[in-house]
Amino acid sequence: MDSNSLVQFAGAVASGAVRVVDLTFTLSPDFPVIVLPPEFGQAAPVRIQRISQYDAAGPAWYWNNLTFGEHTGTHFDAPIHWFTGKDLPNNSVDTLPVSDMIAPACVIDCCAGAAKDPDFLLTVPHVEAWEKNHGRIPPRHWVLLRTDWSKKGWRDYANLKDDGAHTPGPDAAVMRWLVEERGIIGFGTETIGTDAGQGGHLNPPYPAHHFLHGGGRYGLQCLCNLDQLPPTGAVIFAAPLKIQNGSGSPLRVLGLVPAGQG
Amino acid sequence: MLQRCGACGTFCYPARDACPACLSSDLAFADAPRRGTLLSETTLHVPADVHFRERAPWRIGLVAMDCGPRLVTHLHADCEEGQPVVMSFQLDKSGQAVAFAHPERETPNMTDDRQWREMTADPKFRRVLVTNGRSVVGQEVVTALKAAGASIVFVGVAEPWKPFRGEEALRALEGVEIVPLDIGDEKSVADLAADIGGKVDILVNTTEHVRAGGLLGRQGTSVVRDEIDQTYLGFVHLAQAFGPAMRMRGSDGVNSAAAWVNILSVYALANWPVFGAYSASQAAALSLSHCLRAELRPGGVKVVNVFTGPLDIEWFQTVPPPKVAPRAVAGAIVSALKRGLEDVFVGDVAEEFRQRLAANPKAVERELGT
Repeated sequence: MDSNSLVQFAGAVASGAVRVVDLTFTLSPDFPVIVLPPEFGQAAPVRIQRISQYDAAGPAWYWNNLTFGEHTGTHFDAPIHWFTGKDLPNNSVDTLPVSDMIAPACVIDCCAGAAKDPDFLLTVPHVEAWEKNHGRIPPRHWVLLRTDWSKKGWRDYANLKDDGAHTPGPDAAVMRWLVEERGIIGFGTETIGTDAGQGGHLNPPYPAHHFLHGGGRYGLQCLCNLDQLPPTGAVIFAAPLKIQNGSGSPLRVLGLVPAGQG
Repeated sequence: MLQRCGACGTFCYPARDACPACLSSDLAFADAPRRGTLLSETTLHVPADVHFRERAPWRIGLVAMDCGPRLVTHLHADCEEGQPVVMSFQLDKSGQAVAFAHPERETPNMTDDRQWREMTADPKFRRVLVTNGRSVVGQEVVTALKAAGASIVFVGVAEPWKPFRGEEALRALEGVEIVPLDIGDEKSVADLAADIGGKVDILVNTTEHVRAGGLLGRQGTSVVRDEIDQTYLGFVHLAQAFGPAMRMRGSDGVNSAAAWVNILSVYALANWPVFGAYSASQAAALSLSHCLRAELRPGGVKVVNVFTGPLDIEWFQTVPPPKVAPRAVAGAIVSALKRGLEDVFVGDVAEEFRQRLAANPKAVERELGT
């Protein structure tokens, strides 16, 4: 029997010694998408149109045509998505290094803060407090913001008011710090967008997008089941579709967790 | 309208090639005085026509019009022999124009008459689906239908996680049920039809997707695609999901399926380049409505097209008045249903547009383009 560590890993997945957590929402027309002011172009909603279902249009087979925007459902943001990352090399989903698609994660639990205030902002002191308990965030790790937002009904999940969405996210200083001082590979959230719902009012506006993509890093959003990940020690598998010059893509995000953790 | 001789002024009916009084061939249709007298009435117990055999007994009568002709006509139950009546032409369930006699004066519950309801699609007692409750027009239509006596109004709301203006008032209305419906999504429409498709007597498509711009000023096709998705494909989804059941239920008792209503821009009839791509999507919907009308006709379900000029809504805010108030559109829809009409034009812009188009379509095209 082959004893290399990858085969052992596959064995651990098969035996349950490594737990595989699906961090992905089902891609469906019902799932909320980002809402921009109507004078801007809009993300095409998810549409699933039947080609045939064992019927006259295809007696033995079932299949569908799909349409959706790059930023629908649980999705990945590549650096080219934001103006700050537009001139970086390998900045789109088809060219980004495939080795970046597998990386460990630090999960910061902010459920209490988000429950009290939908406009909760993650700050540098929050992360420093987390580091006191779990150690310094190593470079090339994902930082995932756990808020339990993914457990809400769709209306509370989108939480749209007259002045836009009210959902938690990072402030500007922490994003710059995570990218420049901690060298994270990316930042992930449970909400629609890596930035807070009111992130457009921060300086710079949409700081997660601004600093992540400007630094060649990635975003993950609309994640779920973050409560099943340990604060450290999980590995994230996040491989976006290889869309030509794509700015992002819906994808299946998996968290690999050693048994007994999380 | 009846034929009237241009030479001697005689009204004639049925249609002729020559005037029965002076043999002139100058017989144009003209508005005729609608009053007449009911000379005699007959109740058919075993009509020869299979359609009316199911509906027997059925009353018909002979009316002498004050302007001359005598007509065999369907009768309102309150018409009495020897008494004055008011005549109108109505589209019956097969889409044919037929004469109908009403009593001259209003009688109690006049519009509930069984034979009259066969000619109309009165929302009273009926169950209605209004496809989009987010828009002001949609909300006004809901209010007008409830006021007209609809027993229940189902109101479609897409993306229910998105709040909208007027939502609380809509939810508070009695006899109104908000249902999830995203007409751009085939499955959403099919799911709703699975729930309520068997009890929608009237469907009012209040889809509203208005964006300014023609072809050259726009970059890419995503806006055009949205227009087609909402206006054209949405119509297709609705028709495929709700149409077959409605056609089957055209004579399903008092609450039969009765009508399908589209709100269309008059710019479906000739393109207004300022809203050029929108006009084209409306033209596509208009063409589709004619197809639907032909396909629903065998089931006795009417397709009503309500044409409007620019509406007084946010997406036409750069257009100077006159604009049509959403409430006027709602009123026109209810009125068209009550009167059993197929095509109505709401507001001065739409009516003038219709007349100009009939007179000189090339001139209209040119004027719209400058």
